[in-house]
Amino acid sequence: MKLRDIAHSRTGDKGDISNISVIAFDEADYPLIEAHVTAERVKALFHEVVHGEVVRYAIPSIGALNFVMRQALGGGVTRSLALDAHGKCLASALLDLDIDLDVPAPGRSGRLD
Amino acid sequence: MKTIRIGSGAGYSGDRIEPAVELAEKGDIQYLVFECLAERTIAIAQGAKLKDPAQGYDPLLAERMLAVLRPCHEKGIRIITNMGAANPAAAAAKTRDIARSLGLEGLKIAAVSGDDVLETLKSGDHRIEETGEPVSAMAGRLVSANAYLGAAPIVEALKAGADIVITGRVADPALFLAPQIFEFGWSMEDWDRLGKGTVVGHLLECAGQITGGYFADPGVKDVAALARLGFPIAEVQEDGSAIITKVSGSGGAVTTATCKEQLLYEIHDPAAYLTPDVVADFSQVRFTQEGPDRVRVVGATGRPRPATLKVSVGYLDSFIGEGQISYAGPGALARGRLALEIVRERLALTGVEATELRFDLIGVDSIHGGALSTAGGREPYEVRVRVAGRTGSLKEAQRIGNEVETLYTNGPASGGGATKSAKDVVAMLSALLPRDLAKPAIEFMEA
Repeated sequence: MKLRDIAHSRTGDKGDISNISVIAFDEADYPLIEAHVTAERVKALFHEVVHGEVVRYAIPSIGALNFVMRQALGGGVTRSLALDAHGKCLASALLDLDIDLDVPAPGRSGRLD
Repeated sequence: MKTIRIGSGAGYSGDRIEPAVELAEKGDIQYLVFECLAERTIAIAQGAKLKDPAQGYDPLLAERMLAVLRPCHEKGIRIITNMGAANPAAAAAKTRDIARSLGLEGLKIAAVSGDDVLETLKSGDHRIEETGEPVSAMAGRLVSANAYLGAAPIVEALKAGADIVITGRVADPALFLAPQIFEFGWSMEDWDRLGKGTVVGHLLECAGQITGGYFADPGVKDVAALARLGFPIAEVQEDGSAIITKVSGSGGAVTTATCKEQLLYEIHDPAAYLTPDVVADFSQVRFTQEGPDRVRVVGATGRPRPATLKVSVGYLDSFIGEGQISYAGPGALARGRLALEIVRERLALTGVEATELRFDLIGVDSIHGGALSTAGGREPYEVRVRVAGRTGSLKEAQRIGNEVETLYTNGPASGGGATKSAKDVVAMLSALLPRDLAKPAIEFMEA
């Protein structure tokens, strides 16, 4: 299963920091997302793009996670050489993450430098 | 309980104009807010003001005011906007002239200034947040420094009877918080209500992003009629509870899903959203669908405001040169790769002085690099070569695009549609300033 099957997502930008929300379509799926979508996995997925720490915040009241990624926007939206300087396309890339129900969840994770 | 309706007429400077007219005519609103300042807008507007003291405000101000002043005047809707950019007084004077040209009389227009703290920042001992560098060390390159003001001067202007309030840099949610404070008589230290009012402002400030824009994903998240997307309305009660909705019959959708995405848009720690008025806490927010395109938001709160104001600092950073060219048909990918290699070698051979270079194949790896892009088998029918570089002068920047353009006659077969550009880059950093060092001022004009 892909993350896209159970969650939606949006990217925001501030300076050189990108944040990506991951929101369960059905709040019943939130624990699954919380268990599988860790800061480590997000950092590994974006290793070519994100050069700083990735911090995960949980907002269970809306069944969502928020990933805050530093050094993620080519030095900052206002000076980046990138075609997508705002990093707006990152959310769609994250939704391609595999959620493998046969593999034990890697567990909870907060911060990854 | 008293209820007010606030409409959001723009999510950025270049946004669509008819949805704001639709809000004014059919939205049954008392306030129409236009949030039009991106990070860099004021720094660029500062340049325009230096050339002409009557300029330096939003380039679409006149077009927007021409479109909405009459319906707003007829229905008694007050307008609040940061379209003043680097020159709120000039924006107010222009708005007054437009009102007169439309034959509208008795309009009171307020210009809020005081966000420009460039001289204060230059003279004191202040540091850049991101680099730790003293601001004074950047003196020759500084273009602008604007503190994010809060809701207070807007509330004051509304109390003085302003029909239109035009500001420079103000925290985006404060544009929406101000009418709530004014209408409900909230204390500037009622942190819980200020937190609730701030979440309403945050949800509305990007306009169409909560009514179905920046959301559609066909087959997964379908949204109807994005070409005539309706902009949002917040229906707020004096206890701070609110419903997000839009004009009936307009395009788009307001659902718990669109609201959740916008709640977390550009948010870091959801329990500590820093604004000049309050540290808002979004971490316990809940949304309930109460009807078609009607979502209730509850659970926001707040804590005492920070002692400092964030300052957005604009400076001359560098120059960027760019060139692009397309290849299509069989072998397009290989020709695109060859083209990139040729330009890479040419930039070195001819000694172009770039501090940073980027080589992309649009359609293959330009957005997220090679590792994430699907290499899997099928080649794209067409690719677009893109080379971008950072330089210390415009002349050097121009050489980058030139080396892409010369691929026409010196590069791989069948290269077409070359484009090139070179520009100076005004970039943004931030600083923190003790709040009493920014002194808001209000100037009134009558049409």
